[in-house]
Amino acid sequence: MTPRFAPGVRLHHDHARDRWVVMAPERMFVPDDIALEVLRLIDGTRDTATIIDQLAEKFAAPRDIIATDVTAMLADLRSRGAIQ
Amino acid sequence: MNAPLALLAELTHRCPLRCPYCSNPAELTRASAELTTAEWSRVFTEAAALGCLQTHLSGGEPTARRDIVDITAAAHQAGLYTNLITAGVLLDAALLSRLTAAGLDHVQLSVQDADTTNAENIGGMPGAHARKRTAAQLVREAGLPLTINAVVHRQNLHNLQAIIDLARAWGAARLEVAHVQYYGWALANRDALLPTRAQLDEATRIVNAARGELRIDYVVPDYHAHRPKPCMGGWGSRFLAVAPNGDVLPCHAAQSITGMVFPNIRDTSLHDAWHHAPAFNRFRGTAWMPAPCQGCERAEIDWGGCRCQAFALTGDAANTDPACALSPHHAVLADALEKAATNTFRYREFS
Ligand code: SF4
Ligand code: SF4
Repeated sequence: MTPRFAPGVRLHHDHARDRWVVMAPERMFVPDDIALEVLRLIDGTRDTATIIDQLAEKFAAPRDIIATDVTAMLADLRSRGAIQ
Repeated sequence: MNAPLALLAELTHRCPLRCPYCSNPAELTRASAELTTAEWSRVFTEAAALGCLQTHLSGGEPTARRDIVDITAAAHQAGLYTNLITAGVLLDAALLSRLTAAGLDHVQLSVQDADTTNAENIGGMPGAHARKRTAAQLVREAGLPLTINAVVHRQNLHNLQAIIDLARAWGAARLEVAHVQYYGWALANRDALLPTRAQLDEATRIVNAARGELRIDYVVPDYHAHRPKPCMGGWGSRFLAVAPNGDVLPCHAAQSITGMVFPNIRDTSLHDAWHHAPAFNRFRGTAWMPAPCQGCERAEIDWGGCRCQAFALTGDAANTDPACALSPHHAVLADALEKAATNTFRYREFS
């Protein structure tokens, strides 16, 4: 499965407050650090497995632990309508 | 002091529709006095620098401006998330594709009712409803997210379920059901618009029942309430508006407070307006509050309610919003509800 941002949703750097925000129609939210790591890898071409691989490598962590976190995070972002 | 998150850019007061609850001021700005493309571009750049993340391109009807594509591009290039708030009747495929290319992020389309005859009676423009349906389709085809905005009141609440069905049929990802807020034109038409308690309860029931199927944001009227609706995180806290003539406003309805003087973008920066203008500082925080707000546990929750409503109903914007049961003026709302029974509109127009 290849996650992509829902129409009108994008990750945006908030210069004034030095943080990243997810901008969506009539709403915005500030992702936590883990969500941000996942969001930055969503580009409509990387599939979930690739995202997990990259984060497992980046954090030198066991793949199954990362997989659990990423799957939960994607489900959460999907339920908020941020990704498809 | 907080930095603002959103800028309402009221590009023009011109509009082919004439909705009797329009939030534009009673005295409308003429085209010749509107800010230029370059001035709007400066406003967007300064808004982004000030901390704004998004802008609502609004009006009047924003697409009534011939430079709407350039304006959208300027907002996008400034780094703002761009939301077009439109009645949709001037949108065609060519314009929408140019707006999309300019970086438009989202479209909010107004509908006046699901019933064509009633919708066009409310909006005052024959043929508008079919054009809106086409506009919704064009937005979907452009791949842009669509929100339908329905302002509801005594004259269309009986069709609320049909309005919800319409939003789904037209492909909206979101629906805003907003009860009329009463200042400006809406106050002049209050007797024709105020819903009864029974209508309000039925509306709330319908909205709650539909929530599983569609994302619905619901703005309730506070004439039937005991506590006022909160003023967006407080006056001069999260939001600012720029009017067609360049007036910088703490709130879209602030010009209804007669006697209040607003800074203008033609002789100040947005930064100075936000940080130093007396109009912005006047109701910031809680120190300005009268009894019973002073010391009230809800003071930093609802911020004493709406300044514009306090002015409209008590003549003093520094009073507690009469929607609060603790306000000494609370009875004026009950009186208004009793009086509300007429059905004729006074359409908005340039005086
Ligand atoms: S007294 Fe003022 S602060 Fe308290 S609930 Fe009423 S309006 Fe809000
Ligand atoms: S003063 Fe009233 S109209 Fe203005 S933002 Fe606050 S609640 Fe809304």
